[in-house]
Amino acid sequence: MIWQEAALVASKDLRIEARARVAIGQILPFGLIVILLFAFALDPDRGVLARVAPGLFWVAVLLSMLLAVGRAFAIETHHAARDGLRLAGLDGASIFLGKAAAIALQLLLLEVVLGIGVIVLYGVDVHGWPIVLITALAATIGMAATGTLYGVLAAGLRVRETLLPLLMLPVLAPVMLGATRAFEDGLGGVPGDAWPWVAMLTLFAALYTAIGVLAFGALWEEGT
Amino acid sequence: MTDVGYVVAGWVIAGGVLGGYTVRLRRRLARAERERSDAEPRA
Amino acid sequence: MTTELDRDQLLAPVLRRVLGWSALVSMVALVAFGLFGAPTDAVQGDAQRVMYLHVPSAWLAYLAFFVTAAASAFFLWPRTRATVWDRVAGASAELGVMFTALALVLGSIWGRPVWGIWWAWDARLVSTALLFFLFLGYLALRRIPGGDPVGVAKRNAIAALIAFVDVPIVHFSVEWWRTLHQQATVFNPELNPQIHGVMGLTLWIGTIAFTLAFVYLLDRRYRLAVLEDGQEERALDRAIEDRRSQAVGAGSVS
Repeated sequence: MIWQEAALVASKDLRIEARARVAIGQILPFGLIVILLFAFALDPDRGVLARVAPGLFWVAVLLSMLLAVGRAFAIETHHAARDGLRLAGLDGASIFLGKAAAIALQLLLLEVVLGIGVIVLYGVDVHGWPIVLITALAATIGMAATGTLYGVLAAGLRVRETLLPLLMLPVLAPVMLGATRAFEDGLGGVPGDAWPWVAMLTLFAALYTAIGVLAFGALWEEGT
Repeated sequence: MTDVGYVVAGWVIAGGVLGGYTVRLRRRLARAERERSDAEPRA
Repeated sequence: MTTELDRDQLLAPVLRRVLGWSALVSMVALVAFGLFGAPTDAVQGDAQRVMYLHVPSAWLAYLAFFVTAAASAFFLWPRTRATVWDRVAGASAELGVMFTALALVLGSIWGRPVWGIWWAWDARLVSTALLFFLFLGYLALRRIPGGDPVGVAKRNAIAALIAFVDVPIVHFSVEWWRTLHQQATVFNPELNPQIHGVMGLTLWIGTIAFTLAFVYLLDRRYRLAVLEDGQEERALDRAIEDRRSQAVGAGSVS
């Protein structure tokens, strides 16, 4: 039941995106611009970019995620969509899982494109694909869960755009750390070193998904 | 700056912040208590 | 929403006064020991004395966060829900920001003469810096009003707990990060083998002094919150009263 409802919410969000094309048309270009700006900020010629590529990649993803989360809740403020969802009688947990899944899917697609961008623009060689993929999955789920949680908390507030980054980024610092370290090991270092980080990312994802399932309903109800 | 300078700076800053916060808090509190007792006769 | 758990202040006046004076006395003792009583460190010189302030500040930063989280949990638990917890959470967070900022600044001041650096990517400093931002976010959120006071307090409480749950994860991941790169944890007094005797005692005095001060300030900040909430209510009552007397004075139909 809960999975069906979540799938309903997720498909609704994704269909809205398919029609409005905000993630593809605005958030993705933003991510790519950030990748470009890093090259202006650093030295593109001496292998600096390739060395710090994992970190730059995840910073670009994090910043884009802020926009994606804001967007995911902005779509609920029009046409009494919020009340519509409430009246539909969906459980808070289902709405949480659905919205988080939609955000995660959009993020994963974003990461694929940004990843290609980083490989092409920074000249990165990827050796450990399994690690890179699993890391990206675990980190993305953690980010999506946390984002959905904070997104509903800040939804509808006038200061949403400035408050959301301040609330989310410190909490996501471990994800940033773990994902970057795991990518470093996957990209050229010792792949074996990455597994503790992947474990931590998985723990983070599980923890914040659990919190989201429990707390989202209450936060959703209290919102305007 | 010699070591002593850093020590003095550190302790002065700590004292200033803690002391300043305490003084400011007590002042705000005194003002609020007065405002409340002024309001009581109205109630 | 008032329940039997709510109160005008946290401590009985006698206890509060004893606490306040004890805090003051132990602070004086800290100055005496920290600046004069404790011997000069053989390796770090006199600059090491800043540590007697930096370590207690950091301890209080974490204690304050814990208090905010615990109070938030008590607020969310239906059986213990009371306004007192929401106010304690807010007061503790404000104190926490102060202690965290102090810990960071003092860490800088300690590090510069001893290791020649204003900042080190040391596990504890980084974790404390993140704690600072977690606090700031929570306080920024608290400043945002909402329609229903209970709903707003619930929102704030959930936010506090979400952030608190992250603290151990932050702590461990940052520590892994720094130790895997073979960086010694420089700001760790326990690494100093000479941290016994008078130095250890001074550190204890510092911890006790700061903790007493924290409890005292928490009580006072809580009391201020109670009064300020009362002020808002009274201001609203006055505004309503004024409107009413205006309407009557103008002779309009009531």
